[in-house]
Amino acid sequence: MKFFLLNRRFRDKSHFIWMTISIILVILLPIFLATGLIIKSQPILSTNEFSSLLFSSEWKPLSGKFGLLTFIVSSLWVTFLSILIAAPICLLTAIYLTQYARRYLLRAMHPVIDILAGIPSVIYGVWGILVIVPFISNYLGPALGKETSGYTVLAGALVLAVMIIPFILNIMIEVLKTIPDALKEAALSLGATQWQTVKRVILKKAFPGLLSAVSLGISRAFGETIAVLMVVGNVTRIPSGVFEPGYPLPALIANNYGEMLSIPMYDSALMLSALVLFAVVLLFNLASRMAIARYEKLQ
Amino acid sequence: MQKVKIDVRNLNLTIGKQQILKDVNVQIPDKKITVILGPSGCGKTTLLKSLNRLIDLYPEMKVTGSIMLDDIDILHTKEDITEIRKKMGLLSQRPYPLPMNIYKNITFGLRISGRRKKRNLMKRVEHYLKQANLWDELKDRLKDPASCLSIGQQQRLCLARGLAVDPEIILADEPTSALDPISSTAIEEKFLELKDYYTIVVVTHSLQQARRIADHVIFMYLGEVVEQGPAKEFFENPIEERTKAYLKGLFS
Repeated sequence: MKFFLLNRRFRDKSHFIWMTISIILVILLPIFLATGLIIKSQPILSTNEFSSLLFSSEWKPLSGKFGLLTFIVSSLWVTFLSILIAAPICLLTAIYLTQYARRYLLRAMHPVIDILAGIPSVIYGVWGILVIVPFISNYLGPALGKETSGYTVLAGALVLAVMIIPFILNIMIEVLKTIPDALKEAALSLGATQWQTVKRVILKKAFPGLLSAVSLGISRAFGETIAVLMVVGNVTRIPSGVFEPGYPLPALIANNYGEMLSIPMYDSALMLSALVLFAVVLLFNLASRMAIARYEKLQ
Repeated sequence: MQKVKIDVRNLNLTIGKQQILKDVNVQIPDKKITVILGPSGCGKTTLLKSLNRLIDLYPEMKVTGSIMLDDIDILHTKEDITEIRKKMGLLSQRPYPLPMNIYKNITFGLRISGRRKKRNLMKRVEHYLKQANLWDELKDRLKDPASCLSIGQQQRLCLARGLAVDPEIILADEPTSALDPISSTAIEEKFLELKDYYTIVVVTHSLQQARRIADHVIFMYLGEVVEQGPAKEFFENPIEERTKAYLKGLFS
């Protein structure tokens, strides 16, 4: 009897140990990643000035020039353009599904959104090459008087927007679902129309959640690699417009790591760009969290 | 009988196969406190929400019958529903202050209908906060978010906010169930003061509360109106067996 008791207690404890180990691993993972990247990018950081690496657009690995500005600017272009396209679409869809549509429509949409979110990004990339790129080079570009191959910042942003829509939409729906019906009823009974209720009460109440949905979308978009790489053109020149090709950071790393590593410092430069990517996403997340906390305090 | 403000005729409400309200016929007298009494889940709240058509929010509900407000059938009227809703202030079980400051909470109803003159708005804020006995506590914190008030204050703020759109009727859905005894008493006393000017409909499952404030009682059970009438008769000489049993406390 006593043996069994001990055994039970031991098993209880042992599960606790496993859980603790798992949590520590999860916490340590980003720290390990960051440390690894910092160590690997040390060689280039010790021979070049950090600011000249970040703010120079000269990318000539053979002559030892590793300015990352082109890639950073490309990443920003593609990311913010895609959010600009995706966020309003998601917001309107989420409002319609949660506030206007009958419940079965929302129930029916859930699996559709989940499926869209689960499609591998390479498939979005192929779709971009087959549909978006020709659309831009054959129709949109000429219509606006631009001659373009179609492999552009715009193509990257469009593909990216389609990819992050299900992701942002899911969160926005969940956020809007948490707004209590009674709050809607309160606004309506004060004589507000449905749209006034949505605009002045529901969106205001849901604002922090909606903001974090968008910022998670931005983080995702910033790091997305394959689909963007396939349609964005990958030309090492700062894009001056959306009909120009771009070369975002993740594409740079994916295209070049493992090749041409015989060039001195190349490896380290790529690691530095990975570190920049990591840092931008991290800082952005922190900033949006702070903004949300501040807004909630004001409410 | 006194003047009837709201006359509900043959109201049936179903969700899918479930019937929530069964052939409800009730008259709500003008400028009195009418209490809708009954155990939980008997359809009291649904009846209340039908009165200002908040049931529109739930398209799965199917409604038949009519609800006459003065001479308009609000279920079938072509009139603007927001105008009808403005005639009825709503007080819910828990206070739901709008996500804005105290001043804007009170003026919300006015501002959305296009009245924006600062001086007038301020006068009204003062007037209605006084009516809800909140002015002295809140006059220096009008720019604070409404969510930082206590629950009792929030509920009185919701009352002031409802009064500020100049309703004829106050609909209250168990307005004291989330409040402490002192705040509850404050709300009940407020109703007794206001009933000279407004028609008040209060949903409650508290027999004591009904005894304290009711002029007129509607007793509901399982979606049906069992008995209705002036409070005195209802409590002293109930007719129906189920009413007698309920008043004795045999079920609740």
